[in-house]
Amino acid sequence: MNSKVQLTVNGEQHRIDVPPMKRLLDVLREDLHLTGTKEGCGEGECGACAVLMNGELVNSCLVPALQANGSRLCTIEGVSTEGRLHPIQQCFLEKGGAQCGICTPGMILATHYLLDKHPTPTLEQIQEGLAGNLCRCTGYMRIFEAVQKAAEAQHAF
Amino acid sequence: MRSDVTGYELSAPLNLQAVLTQIASEPGRHALLAGGTELMVALNTGRLGSRSLISIQHLRELRFIRVTADAVVIGAGTTFTDIRRNETIARELPMLVQAASWTGSIANQNRGTLGGNICNASPAADTPPALLAYNASVTLVSVRGERTVPYSKFHLGYKTTVMEPDEILYSVSVPRAYDGWRQYIRKVGTRNAQAISKTALAGMALIHESQIQEIRIGAASLADRPLRCVGAEESVRGRSLAEGDLDKTVRLGRAALAAEAKPIDDIRSTAMYRTAVAANLLEEFLRQLSS
Amino acid sequence: MAEHHNILGTSPLRKEGRAKVLGQAKYVDDLSLPGMWHGATVRSAIARGRIRAIHFAPGIDWSGFAIVRASDIPGENTIVHLTKDHPCLAAKEVNHPEEPILLLAHREKAALLAGVAGVRIEYDERPGVFTIEESEQAVANNDVARIIWEGSEYGGTANCFKQYVLYSGEASETEDGLAAAFGGADYIVEGEYHTGAQEQLYIEPNGVIATCEKDERGNVTSVCVQGSMQCPYYLVHALTLIFKLPEEKCRVIQTETGGAFGGKEDFPSVIGSHAALLAMKSGHPVKMVYDRAEDMAATTKRHPSRTRHRTAVSKDGTLLGCEIEIALDGGAYATLSPVVLSRATIHAPGPYKWPFVRVRAKAMATNLPPHGAFRGFGAPQSLFALERHMDKVARVVGFTPEEFRRRNFLVTGDRTATGQLLTDPVDMQHLMTRALNESDYHAKLARFAEENRGSAIKRGMGIAAFMHGSGFTGSGERRLNSLVQVELLPDGRPQILVSSTEFGQGTNTILCQVAAQTLRVPYEQVVIAQPDTRMVPNSGPTVASRTAMIVGKLVERASTQLLEMLRVDGGLPLNHTPEQFMKAGTAYLDKHGSLRCAARYEPVRPVEWDDELFHGDAYPAYAWAVYVAEVAVDLNTYSASVTRFDAVQEVGRIMHPVLAKGQIEGGVAQAIGYALYEKCVWKDGRMMNNQMTNYIMPTSADLPEIHVHFEEVPCVHGPGGAKGIGELPMDGPAPAILNAIENATGLSFDSIPLLPEDIFEKVSGFTDREHGGSRELDPDRQGEFLPEVNA
Repeated sequence: MNSKVQLTVNGEQHRIDVPPMKRLLDVLREDLHLTGTKEGCGEGECGACAVLMNGELVNSCLVPALQANGSRLCTIEGVSTEGRLHPIQQCFLEKGGAQCGICTPGMILATHYLLDKHPTPTLEQIQEGLAGNLCRCTGYMRIFEAVQKAAEAQHAF
Repeated sequence: MRSDVTGYELSAPLNLQAVLTQIASEPGRHALLAGGTELMVALNTGRLGSRSLISIQHLRELRFIRVTADAVVIGAGTTFTDIRRNETIARELPMLVQAASWTGSIANQNRGTLGGNICNASPAADTPPALLAYNASVTLVSVRGERTVPYSKFHLGYKTTVMEPDEILYSVSVPRAYDGWRQYIRKVGTRNAQAISKTALAGMALIHESQIQEIRIGAASLADRPLRCVGAEESVRGRSLAEGDLDKTVRLGRAALAAEAKPIDDIRSTAMYRTAVAANLLEEFLRQLSS
Repeated sequence: MAEHHNILGTSPLRKEGRAKVLGQAKYVDDLSLPGMWHGATVRSAIARGRIRAIHFAPGIDWSGFAIVRASDIPGENTIVHLTKDHPCLAAKEVNHPEEPILLLAHREKAALLAGVAGVRIEYDERPGVFTIEESEQAVANNDVARIIWEGSEYGGTANCFKQYVLYSGEASETEDGLAAAFGGADYIVEGEYHTGAQEQLYIEPNGVIATCEKDERGNVTSVCVQGSMQCPYYLVHALTLIFKLPEEKCRVIQTETGGAFGGKEDFPSVIGSHAALLAMKSGHPVKMVYDRAEDMAATTKRHPSRTRHRTAVSKDGTLLGCEIEIALDGGAYATLSPVVLSRATIHAPGPYKWPFVRVRAKAMATNLPPHGAFRGFGAPQSLFALERHMDKVARVVGFTPEEFRRRNFLVTGDRTATGQLLTDPVDMQHLMTRALNESDYHAKLARFAEENRGSAIKRGMGIAAFMHGSGFTGSGERRLNSLVQVELLPDGRPQILVSSTEFGQGTNTILCQVAAQTLRVPYEQVVIAQPDTRMVPNSGPTVASRTAMIVGKLVERASTQLLEMLRVDGGLPLNHTPEQFMKAGTAYLDKHGSLRCAARYEPVRPVEWDDELFHGDAYPAYAWAVYVAEVAVDLNTYSASVTRFDAVQEVGRIMHPVLAKGQIEGGVAQAIGYALYEKCVWKDGRMMNNQMTNYIMPTSADLPEIHVHFEEVPCVHGPGGAKGIGELPMDGPAPAILNAIENATGLSFDSIPLLPEDIFEKVSGFTDREHGGSRELDPDRQGEFLPEVNA
């Protein structure tokens, strides 16, 4: 039996009819055709599926659709505005924070969340904030630099 | 993804009473789904046995932190992030904050709940050692009423608890009685972050003139359930931490803990390693108490 | 006069980077085709045996499924690499857990779960071998029941895919020299070193989408596979055999690939063939994407190894000779094992001068899923052994790790163990000096020695010195015969056509830089085509640290030709501006319609290599390195962690500083995982910890600051002098870390991954029997963290 689920995703309202245990990750990718959010492990370990739900960072592979009913979601598609890169995205680009790019959407959302809570994070806070996002390519160094640069860029406003 | 999601029911009753009524009418049929950081992993890996689930994640009645004169009472639906953000808990129950910060990633802390951590009843769970050391009690509710049980009596065996099929964990209460107590908590996992515990030790002690007046020790992954290390406590209670006596106290504590711990070899670690590390953590705790 | 155009050596934005940070890059699972079905694989539950019967459960509507068996394969039932021993689908026998037996496709992805569960296979089990030692014993004992691989015309014998012997000179002369060296040596030092399997753990699992065209009689006329991969033309080749089609009828397209590291070098030939067969059987496009658990259990891993060293050394610290024996665990089928073995063999003597060398190497067959390519490709295994051994030899003879190495480094003008004359400058002394300075090695050694005394945390420093050959071995590049094209698009922009793939390491970016630099146009103007074998020539596989050096050089040559054409026939002046380039281009196109220039591989220097004798110029160029690890070992928890890492390397020419740094940092991170965290826990040939919860990869909280330092000595082979760097960083960290742990604790470990349980076992003094070490992990107890929840 499907459930009616209403979601606001990147500012847009959607009403869908899905099995209540369908993973939010699959709702985003399949029902809403927002493929920016990725599946890396299906266990909540890699963070590639991370999105912001009511302002909190969550792993969407672990959220059943019914629990997302009525929620406000931000996915990677909602981070830029009208094709203009968010400072975090620009810094990831400039500092080499994205190599293969598969962890990048989740990593950017985790960064977004981190900088919201800690606008001028220490390296330790960055490490903790991103510890739930596994990157196999970079060794994290370029990512840390990207986050530090983004913190400065945002702080400048 | 190894489950067909169309084969599962999930409902979200409007309030706690509605949930209690439903599980009373069909005891044992439904699994309660809070933050999903355990059950959704089971779904993903094709191991979620229960076909019918009831979501309790939205119940405001379960998500609270209340401070009374005697206790800090934490609703079962409180997330790890809620715990980490609460000033009173940070001040009075630092071990619990520490444990919450070790539980999974930030994203999983935003969703995982204290109640889920306890009720999933894993011997490796992160909050039980602290709760055992804090002498917490848990309140269970059902349509029949409520009852409060010392947390040290909550776990009966591997993944089995005192909970009846029609009960829900409502809250966890920790006494505000630890002024002057020394606290210690350390987790040893497979890596620094986002790791399952190989072992963990939480310790509380009241020291008076170099003597251990009172001590409580909780541990993870040393038994089939979170372990309150009464044997180790007894071996050092009343003993001296003064320079000449410390080594003996440590030796007794280590031996008692090694005797009482019954860890297993599993895919992550070995029994001997766990016992040895737990004993080392106990020693670290005791030596810290003496300084 | 136009300004000097300088793009190589700068860090322009990653070519496909904007799409990646926007989340717009399309990986295979983001794609769909109309009418697409989904595919799944029914796999062997046992390690070895005969398939007795296959049952399809009643209660499932099997008419909704397309089912592919080995007998459905139109061409050869083989996944070809060097040999044809690897079946595409098991017909009568299985030789490893998770071996593919049947393929299923269905319109609904969820239906496949029931479908796969509904196939019950009966086996007659046969005994298997699961380690190098068990495989060797079966041969030694002539235990016919445990000979699991019969041999091949490619140089294999019972249970042994391949063997090599490398002599530093003529065989009998070298044997005489070794006998004399060992006979007269002041010291003979022996050691045995082990490395475990390692999972590549790209965050995007393997996946493909396949389509198939048939004629009126139902014969396959063409297939097309798109997906996550490193080597489109490898898959083309595989498909030609499976379908008995010519290459032009087997189209392969690489989609945006979320990490590979070698794990998508040969494996896509398997999953690509499977999806194409399902497309054939179902009459629909078929998508096959593995979930993490399947990917980890069923696909290739790094070859486990055992290396034995026997070294003759004089009391003044001069190496006199070595006898090295390497054994790799190749898994159930040969696949790439002979090539991995070859690289392991050539790298085994390292960056040192050896008067006499003998390396004997073999790749053994076991009933594990076939092992495959992973960054480093045999060199991390043999260099781990060598660099641990060098510390041991140093200690025995009474030298420091630094001094001993310095006494024996190769220098310019020396010959390597294969007899290659090092004409390109090599200065290991300088790299050593720099590495020790950057890491503050001496000061820290002294300080830690002092501080360790009263502390439960023991700190230490360790060194590794090594090199990595860029490009294919010997005449491999000539055999690959790579072809590259650069053409003009209708709007006048240059487009690069290569089969070299981007999977994070920067292929798109650096090749566009080379073209931009050569053509003297802005980097932003250069386009690189998606690798679609209908459109791009075969520039060789994206492996072996060859892309920058070999393919880059070809892009440079093709671009140079294009410039020539425009100068001759487009009115392009010398010292042109970008605007003049566009003008000349469009003028040329107006006149001739199209402009495409090609460059085919030619060795810059003649390459003399003897495959049989392992003698001659093994690689066109080497990158050289000295790495320093700083570790802390907590004796309360027996955990070792790397607290700082310094990586110094000479790499020819840095094409893109940010990308280059990223390559070294990422490789060091993977190698730290290889050394201290990533253990594959096997049971009867099956990987039991096939989930991210249990296969421990370092997080951002586990890795130290990784300091990367480059030296540049331009080499003739690569554009601007570039050499390969992709695999180099995988070779050094593991031995440097274990050397550091020995420095910190006095405990010598010769096996990786080194887990806290192993350190505990040694510290607690159990030497005779296993006690609490990681060999005692119980693969059957996944227990509480894989929740089995009952209502």
